[in-house]
Order: sequence, then C-alpha cells, then structure tokens
Amino acid sequence: MRALRKGRALRSVANRTNRIGADDILLFCTFRNEAVRLPYFLEYYRKLGINHFFMVDNDSKDGGAAFILEQPDVSLWSTKAAYGDARYGMDWLTYLQGKYAPGHWALTVDVDEFFVYPFCDTRPISALADWLDASQVRSFGAMLLDMYPKGPVGQTAYVKGSDPFVIARWFDPGNYIMTKNKLLQNLWIQGGPRARTFFASKPKQAPALNKVPFVKWRKPYAYVSSTHMILPRGLNLVYDQQGGEKTSGILLHAKFLNTFGARVTEEALRGEHYQAGREYKSYADRHGADPDFWCQWSEQYINWRQLEILGLMSKGNWA
Amino acid sequence: MTLGVIMLIHTGFDRAEQMARHWNDAGCPVDIHIDSNVSRASHDHFVSALSDLSMVRFCARQRCEWGTWGLVAASQAAATMMLEEFADVSHVFLASGSCLPLRPVQELQAYLQEHPDTDFIESATTSDVLWTVGGLDRERFTLRFPLAWKKHRKLFDWFVTLQQMVGYKRKIPEGLVPHMGSQWWCLTRQTLDAILQDPNRPVYDRFFRHVWIPDESYYQSVVRLHARTVQSRSLTLAKFDYQGKPHIFFDDHLELLQRSDCFVARKIWRDAEVLYKMFPQPVDADRLGAAPNTGTVDRLFSHAVERRTLGRPGLYMQSRFPSADRENGVAAAPYAVLQGFDDVFPDFKSWLTERTGAQVHGHLFAKDRVHFADESRIYRGGLSDHPRLRDYNAKMFLTNLIWNGREDQHCFQFGPADSQEVQWTLAKDTNASIWVISGAWSIPLYRSGRSASEVRAEAARLQRIESKFLKTLRGPHAHARIKIMTLAEFIETPMDVLQTIIDDIAGHKGRALTQTPKMADLTGLADFLQELRNQGMHPFLTGDITQGNLRKAQAKPRRKPYIIAQK
Repeated sequence: MRALRKGRALRSVANRTNRIGADDILLFCTFRNEAVRLPYFLEYYRKLGINHFFMVDNDSKDGGAAFILEQPDVSLWSTKAAYGDARYGMDWLTYLQGKYAPGHWALTVDVDEFFVYPFCDTRPISALADWLDASQVRSFGAMLLDMYPKGPVGQTAYVKGSDPFVIARWFDPGNYIMTKNKLLQNLWIQGGPRARTFFASKPKQAPALNKVPFVKWRKPYAYVSSTHMILPRGLNLVYDQQGGEKTSGILLHAKFLNTFGARVTEEALRGEHYQAGREYKSYADRHGADPDFWCQWSEQYINWRQLEILGLMSKGNWA
Repeated sequence: MTLGVIMLIHTGFDRAEQMARHWNDAGCPVDIHIDSNVSRASHDHFVSALSDLSMVRFCARQRCEWGTWGLVAASQAAATMMLEEFADVSHVFLASGSCLPLRPVQELQAYLQEHPDTDFIESATTSDVLWTVGGLDRERFTLRFPLAWKKHRKLFDWFVTLQQMVGYKRKIPEGLVPHMGSQWWCLTRQTLDAILQDPNRPVYDRFFRHVWIPDESYYQSVVRLHARTVQSRSLTLAKFDYQGKPHIFFDDHLELLQRSDCFVARKIWRDAEVLYKMFPQPVDADRLGAAPNTGTVDRLFSHAVERRTLGRPGLYMQSRFPSADRENGVAAAPYAVLQGFDDVFPDFKSWLTERTGAQVHGHLFAKDRVHFADESRIYRGGLSDHPRLRDYNAKMFLTNLIWNGREDQHCFQFGPADSQEVQWTLAKDTNASIWVISGAWSIPLYRSGRSASEVRAEAARLQRIESKFLKTLRGPHAHARIKIMTLAEFIETPMDVLQTIIDDIAGHKGRALTQTPKMADLTGLADFLQELRNQGMHPFLTGDITQGNLRKAQAKPRRKPYIIAQK
C-alpha cells in the first residue's frame, strides 16, 4: 500500500519493459549523482548476465540520468521526492518490483554494490537462478563486504568506467559478528573495517552487513530495511541452522573511494540516510571523512574462491 | 547390433532436438515421448523440426508428473513401440532431453557388443539403500501414493501419516522383491521384451501404479525376474544431492566430464554451450574399451553435499549459523585457556611461547583492552583490541580468533579480573582445554604492596567471580577438558602440570622440561592471606597455603624422575 502511494512520486522517463523476456533476470537500483560510477556498474552487471535494469533517478544533477537514458536495456524512472521519506528509496523499488518483477529473479543493489556468487567467473547469473529454481530456493543471501584502498580513502583517484576494485582492493577477512533477529528471522551481521575504525566504542551502531539481494519475486514480497531484510520473513532464512552451509554470495562494497569524502559532507548535511545519516555524521565528525582502513591483516581481493575459503561466502551444495 | 534410444521429454526442446539428432546420426533409432502437459504448439513445432529424420518415432503421450506412474507408462509405451518397429535393436537405452552423450555413440555400441547379455541398471534392495530422501524406503512399496508430492506436499504428508497411523500395508505381489536405483537404464532386447510380455505384468503394473517414485523401482524390481546378467550400475552419469535433486553440469565441468569416461551424463544445464559443443567427443582409440570411471565426479559432489549438511565446524557466517545444540564444536580448532598461571609465573607468556611455538595470548578478555599474542592493536582477520567491540559479541570474538588462525595452536590467559561473558562458551566447547589454578588472583593483590584491609573488597569480588566460573566448569553442560587445582596444590608439583600443558599444546613437538619458569616471590603470601582472614575475608579457593609449602616451592623446583633431560 505504502509502496503504491510512494510509487506515484515516480515519473516514467523511459519504459522499455516490453523487451523483457519470460526468463529474464532483472536488476533494481536507485541512484543520486552517481554519473562517475554508472558506466562500470552497467558493464559489470551486463557481463554477469542481467537482462534488464530498472533504475530510479533521485534528482541527480550530474548527467547520470542522461547517460542511463541512452542504454537500450534500461528502464528509467525519476523522482524529486525525499529519499528518507521513501524508506531510503525502497518504496519506489518495491512499487516497481511489485509491478514488473513477479515470476522473475530480481537483484536489488546500490550503485556501489557488486554481486559475487560461487562460480561467477565461469557461470552467468542465469545459471545461479536456474540452479536455485531446481533446488526450490526462493532467496539468496550475499553479505556486504566493505572494500577499501591502502592509504587514505580521499587520496585515491577513481576514473569513470574503471574497475573500482583495482583501487579499493582490500578487505577485512575475519572480524564479522552476527546474531539472530528473532522477529524477522534474519541474521544481523556487523563488523569489518567500519566497525573497528568508527564504531569500536559503540558497536551496536555499526552498520548492518546482512543482505538478501537476489530473490525470485512474487507480488506480495517487500524489502523491509534496504535489502537487509525482506517480507515474508521466511525469505530471510538464507542460513542453515543445523550446522550445514547454504550457498551464499558477497556484495563487494565500493563505497570507499575518493568519491566518499564529498558524499559524506553532502549526506551529513542532507540527513536523508538511515537514522538521519548518523553513519555519515560519525565519519564526518571524527575522521574528517578521510579514513585509512588498511592494516597488516587486510586481505587483498583475488576472486570468489578466496572469499569462500576464508568462510565469508559458501558454495553450499552447488558444485 | 543396434542400440535404440528412448527419450523422455517435457522441456528444453532445442536441446532435445540436438540430442535426438546426435543419436539418429549415429544410426540409433530414437523413440520420443513428450509429456502430455506440453502445449500443442511446442509439441507440433518439435515434431516438425525432427520430421527429416527417418528413424525417429513419437509414441502416445502420457502425463508425467514427477514421482508418479506416468513416467513408467511413458517408457513402457516407447519401449513397446521400439521393439515392434525396429527388429534389429538389441539394446534399449533410456534417456531424457537433458542427457548428453559424452563419448561417441560408437564407443557405447562397442561396449555393449562386448556385453551382449548384460542389462545395465542400478538395482539394490531397499534394505541396502541409504540414499533415499524423506525417510520413505520400504514404505514406498507398502503405502499408497495417489497424490503428486510436488503439488500437494501437505496433503501428501498427511496421507502418509494417516496410513502409518492406521497401520495400512499393501501386499507386495508374490515373487517380486522391491529394488531401487537410478531411473536411467540400458536393457537388452530379450530382458525388455520379457518384462513387457510378462503374463503377470498387469499385476505388477497395478501394484507400481501406487508406489512412490515408481520410475526408480519398477524396472529395477522386475528386471530381477527376467535378466540373465544384471550389472547394477547405470551407464548414465547422474548425481543427486542430499534432497534427491539432480546435480547440474555446467561449462566449467568440461574437464571433469572428459576424464570420467562416462557414456552419457545428465543433467546438463540448458545454456552450457561449451559442453554441448565439445560432446560427444570424437572417437579415441586409446579410450575405446575404457569403462566409466566416476571417482572424481563422485568426490566433487559428495564434498558439496558434505559442505551443505555438515559445513565447516567453527565457522559462523551469513549462511552457516548453527543453533546452540548443532554446533559440532564451538570453535574451529583446539585451544587452551590458562587461569592463574601468569600470576604465579610473571614471565609465563614468553616462557610458554618459547616452549611450544603456539600463539600464546595474554588476557584476551581483559577489561582495559584485548591482549593479543603480539600486543598489536589489530590482530589477524582484522580483530580489534577494543574491549567494547569484543564484549559486544564475546563468543564470536573467540570463534573468529580461532577460525582465522585455525592452523596454529592458540592459548590465552584468563582470570576473574577479565570480562566474563565468554564463560559459558568456553565451558561448552569440546575444543577448549581449561586449566585453572584457583586462588592465584591473590598473588597480584599481595604483590601490589597494598595492605589486606585495602584489598579485601577486591579479593572478595575476584573470589566470587572465580567461584562462579568454577561452578560453570563443574556443571553438567561443561564439555571442555577441564583441570582445576588450588594454588596450594599447584605449587607442590608445578612441573607435572606444566609438562602436561606443554605436551597438550605442542603435542609430540613438546620438549621435556628441565626447569619451571621463574616463580613470583611469594615469601609473604601466607601472612597476607592470614591477614585477609583476619579482616573477615576467607580466601578458600587458594587451598592451604603455609610458610612451609611456599618455602619448598620457591627453593628448588622438583623434577619428575621419569623425564629424561635433553642434552
């Protein structure tokens, strides 16, 4: 209902949804002033095998929307409404998902999130979707993994269209903690470089890293808080409780590039993000928004197999 | 000698057409059954696509719901037609649309020619089969299953439970011994003919019509009545996961499939272009007589099932979060918890590191900060030394620490002055060895130089905490290896205890001890403890510390006679 009402704030700019085939895999994304990131984002997900992109432009001023408009496999909507009022963009996407995604596998990500799953270097995302269908699995978990450069974040120089993980190629391999959320049955995962650098003395406030981004959509489904949790809550059971491992992936998080500093200042002022941008304020206040996360135990990213050996994701019974 | 192929098809018509052409081009008559659920249009399109092939036939269509009789009826119809229309067919091979021949059909034909009287069909009695899913093995044959499991799962389960409750049991036809196995077989003409023409066939058919998953048991059972030689294995490589779902082969399985020397594999992913391009392989003279060898494939898929069902012990992550009683070991590797030792021996940490080569941490759970082995601010895996972050989830701090360095031996100091959240985790963990010198907390109090009256409240607090920890360790839920001794007991024979700890940590690498580490100066400890008592605080956990046993302990560390010193 809420999504329906919020959906009215959306203006269709380019609707190419008539090109969608029955088995197509769809991607849903909201963006704001991300012109620098969009080209590589599309390139990455096209290579993975995404068939159609649903993009919502939240009042970009940097020409990102114009770039998106030229893409043949993208449908674009725009809105000037406040991001925070629309549950951080989720209401808009829920509306579009309810309308276009039922019966499809839908991947919901931010512009700085890059989906990695077992065998993603040799099998397209449709292989994963078909295998999940055959295994009668409806949702697929992928933890957010914060990637960072060596040295101060602000001193990197990300070039439009390039792979952000050439710069932000490091991550924390083994400091993630989790508890079960009894109400929605999801795992609440925290940790990583942000927890140890910014939130060590107030760990409860550290950002959530659990995500369920890939779902075989049905009409009544709805994300609750970003893609951290979803309803009906059975979809949050992407983990095994009997000692086994379910198949899972990772969302590589390319947040910490030189684009980060400017964003922190802007978002802290705007206060539109989760809990009035508390996270952004925390960065801005204490670190001048130019942190250096690197330590001698940082791991350099190689591929999904490395993440699976480290125990950050799992092949489960997919072989 | 000719090989005839029956194909059961319900989806993936492009690939099915490709496969039908493969078989046909190799000179095999193909008899195709299309699920009656397939739309008229797709059916007609498919039939006309194959109309140029003279040896392809289509048989009468049946509804083939998974786990029901339809699949058997379909193969019966196709087999009957095959035997009638192609008189020279000597073997019949049952395949599906997603079965891919890996080796050239000639090699399969040559192999069958070498075994002219052998039926290749996996067929095991129900009591010997362990791979059935859902607990239905013998009951597959003795209950009735009129409902499709995939569509009416709840009703299906309810009906099974009902029959079990009222004790319903069907009679198995006389002479028939239920067998089960892979539904993909290759039978000789003679056997197949005997099965189809059996005068008792109406009886068997009626019986199997209500058996659960009859395509895995019908031929597998009746073949035993007619076959001359049964090789109980399938010529089709088909692996199933722990839920009974077939594993799917993708492009990156190319090498694996090439090496398997199997004739046919399934299921192949519909878009596995590389596999469909590379197979069947060209004739290879070296391989001609080779029998299928599925060892590597078996290992790959059994590893996958193991990871899915057992997982990696000690790993807690986004898709493995075992509930408390299903952990299968809390931490990933054995570790030692040492309470009180560093109070008795001020240099204990470095001494133990030197003797064992283990990662010897200080007080990991100290209130001020985490004291990692190297006293660094950030330790392996990116663990922070911040006490609040650690205490926020003490259990996972520990399991992360051990998981990250699971190839090393870890030990750490613990004590009543530390954060105690982790107590239960330690006590429950079968991987933990916990060594406690109770009352050792009195030593730093004594050595602080403060008077008994000043420290009595602190002493009482520490004793209370340690006492609670000991109660946990002695409780029914403690599964760690636990050794508790009083301070008095320990200083009597410190060498024995230390030797055991070193052997425990370093295993065969541990060296025989020649001397203990330097003990703290305990000369006035007995007086100090007496003074505490005088203040009304009874340090009962220390045991009986007297001037006498202190003097003895400090004088000369005694060596056990059986330990032979190294040169």
